Amino acid sequence: MDLVSILAESTRSAFGPIAAIYALAAIGLNLHFGYTGLLNFGQVGFMLVGAYGVGISVELFGLPLLVGFGVGLACAFLLALLLGIPTLRLRADYLAITTIAAAEVLRLVYRAGFAEPLTGGVYGLQNLSDGFRSINPFDPGERYGWGALAYNGNHMWVLVVTWGLVAVMCGLVWMLMHSPWGRVIKGIREDEEAVRSLGKNVFAYKMQILVLGGLVGALAGCMLAVYQASIQPDQFKPQVTFFLWVILLLGGAGRVFGPVLGAMAFWFLMNFTDGVLRGLGSMGLLPFLDGPDYGAIQLAFVGLLLVLLIVFRPQGLIGDRKEMLINVK
Amino acid sequence: MRTRLATVLLALITAILVIPGPAATADEQGGESLYGQILDPQDRDQGVEGIMITIHSGEDEIAAVETGPDGNWEAELPGPGTYRVVVDQESIPSEFALRESSIVVDGESEVEVAAGDERPLILALEEAGASEDADSTETPSDGADAQDGGADAPADDESIAAPTTSGSFGDRFAQLTASGLLYGLVIAISAIGLSLIFGTTKMINFAHGDMVTFGAMIALLFSTGSAGLGNSLLAIFLGLAGAVLLGAFFDGRIARMPLLIAQWAAIMLGIALATVLGLMGDSVGWQVPLWAAAVIAVAMGAVLGAGMEQYVWRPLRHRNVALIQMFIVSIGVALVLRHVILVLFGAGRSRYAGYQIQDTVSLGPISMPPRDLVVMGVAIVVLVAVACLLQFTRIGKAMRAVSDNRDLAESSGINVDRVTLYVWGLGGGLASLGGVLYGLNQIVEYEMGFRLLLLMFAAVILGGLGTAYGAMVGGLAVGLVAMLSTLWFPTQMMQAWALALMILMLLVRPQGLLGRRERVG
Repeated sequence: MDLVSILAESTRSAFGPIAAIYALAAIGLNLHFGYTGLLNFGQVGFMLVGAYGVGISVELFGLPLLVGFGVGLACAFLLALLLGIPTLRLRADYLAITTIAAAEVLRLVYRAGFAEPLTGGVYGLQNLSDGFRSINPFDPGERYGWGALAYNGNHMWVLVVTWGLVAVMCGLVWMLMHSPWGRVIKGIREDEEAVRSLGKNVFAYKMQILVLGGLVGALAGCMLAVYQASIQPDQFKPQVTFFLWVILLLGGAGRVFGPVLGAMAFWFLMNFTDGVLRGLGSMGLLPFLDGPDYGAIQLAFVGLLLVLLIVFRPQGLIGDRKEMLINVK
Repeated sequence: MRTRLATVLLALITAILVIPGPAATADEQGGESLYGQILDPQDRDQGVEGIMITIHSGEDEIAAVETGPDGNWEAELPGPGTYRVVVDQESIPSEFALRESSIVVDGESEVEVAAGDERPLILALEEAGASEDADSTETPSDGADAQDGGADAPADDESIAAPTTSGSFGDRFAQLTASGLLYGLVIAISAIGLSLIFGTTKMINFAHGDMVTFGAMIALLFSTGSAGLGNSLLAIFLGLAGAVLLGAFFDGRIARMPLLIAQWAAIMLGIALATVLGLMGDSVGWQVPLWAAAVIAVAMGAVLGAGMEQYVWRPLRHRNVALIQMFIVSIGVALVLRHVILVLFGAGRSRYAGYQIQDTVSLGPISMPPRDLVVMGVAIVVLVAVACLLQFTRIGKAMRAVSDNRDLAESSGINVDRVTLYVWGLGGGLASLGGVLYGLNQIVEYEMGFRLLLLMFAAVILGGLGTAYGAMVGGLAVGLVAMLSTLWFPTQMMQAWALALMILMLLVRPQGLLGRRERVG
């Protein structure tokens, strides 16, 4: 087991496109949970409609990529309205149940046999990134970066665009949360009744933030489709949402850079544990386990991390403990 | 703390920059390859073995591969470029044929591979002589080198089996009503615990679905012969049961310290026994019929529920962890439970042996195998028994009282912690039973409970969060709606209809059918 190369590989993934995409999706979740206290357990649903917006427009109808992004975002907008209208007037737990169920049902419907002409069923869609790669300023055959932190041209292009989007979104979140609108949003998290008694329309504010966070999530889905060049419904299992929760709580909810830091730390940890498990396995130290079990152990580890974070450090790496003592009203 | 963190990070980054790149990133350089999986069109969980695939560049053949037992194939490529993939038609079993599409013509496909791409190419089979007009639906799955990290199961058909009967509309209606009733009863049994737990602790237990899986898996384990694993699990749960029972009966009656010592002694004894039994392995193998295995599963499910309450939820409540945080913890617990089950029992899909093929019994327009009748009978008896327990016994009344108003119940002298413990035990046992019944009717696999969880949520919201009878009514309604929807709509939409029903209920009557009218927003 080569610990140094495992560390190098983990660090590379912490800056890689996947981490950037998860950071983007977690920024959306941060808007929901970190700033407003909305329990969205179905962020992956927004990613799914975003990715399939791109996929269906580009592969089936041959539309330009930007139109695909537009379609994906429009779908996310609709989904947020559909989820929000029945549940946002109710207690937080209703939104939690509805979002987790809606995201899973969306996945089942997109992979179903009758949807195959449109979504490709279990096989998904392919050839999605030609438009994106054609405007790639980097040379696909070339490698960019330093030392272990090098990516090929195509990945570098996704990387730059996605981290760029993350930076833009961080700026946007910072500005929003330092505006009067943002203060109302944070007020809703602290005490919904108090905000309501000041004459604010809490439902409208919650709806706006649900839509906004959903759009950011959908953008992450679009980038995922572009990065992978192909999508498949089973990538959008509920555990993606749980990863996003770990990322958010690890980094620190209610902080602009929380999701970014969380995504990097999370993917570092994931690749590190994976490398160590595989290394131990190849040295014969894990006699009871075989290959597929490593993934399962990792996911169990994610669950454990979630529990331990909440119990012992709810504010994550850079959060404020007092801000995280939110309760359901 | 923060400066130390920054130092470590800086050190790490410098180390990374100094390491020569190619050694660490060997997987990416020149890593062009093509891969895919060929699946049996009749059963998408089965791969087709022994299909020959050759890859040509120009006129040269550069690689020849054969699909493995699970249908997987992978070919390394010398570099980026355009390749021609040719599937040897002779090697495809005669009952299948390669599906034609825009990219696969006459068993050949042109693919372009960019630098560093690991490109998927899914070649789909269809039954020989099937319609030629299948659209261009075969498309690669999965992305470049997605660092997913997850245990991705192969594509499987996740829909719930609905009976496919022919005949007049009336016959199908009657048949589907019967199976909807069956399905609803299973949902109701599993959902009672969820609703009662919500009622007593105001917490949504996202791990409830995995408690259902646990029950089904345990029953499967003991009915197919349990070797070391079964004995060890049994021993651990015996120890846990001892600790929980000690806590339930002596908490507050004897001093705290001896109680704690006795509890930990019980657990340690269980673990020690488990180790011994595990080392003895298959030499103490035994096997029981399914009904006895189900009883063991229910008992272990109850212990699991009560143990979680005692060692996870109660300490958290005493730490004053907020409810939102408790939801997140329960999701974490669900992830741990599901994947421990996955590691212990594997990702395979199985059924209870001996109950698969049965002659159906006809009752008027409805025909069912006897096992389904037994499932319905057991479910109805258990539901009535639970209703009696809640209505007439002391502990049942206490459960309803705590569920109704925790503070008021506590101030009138009910030991709320003890009642909550019983509720978790009852909920865990019922969830296990639900899992066994569900497994009898459908397939046992590690994600079955999570899929049922969504329907349980629909059921408890429909009936009213926190009410036990509401969960029963809601479960039946959800089961009927889900099954009857297949009369007009595809089976994969079943869960979508249950969810639609839930959303409709939230719009018109958020407190649910049997919920008390109160402000829930």
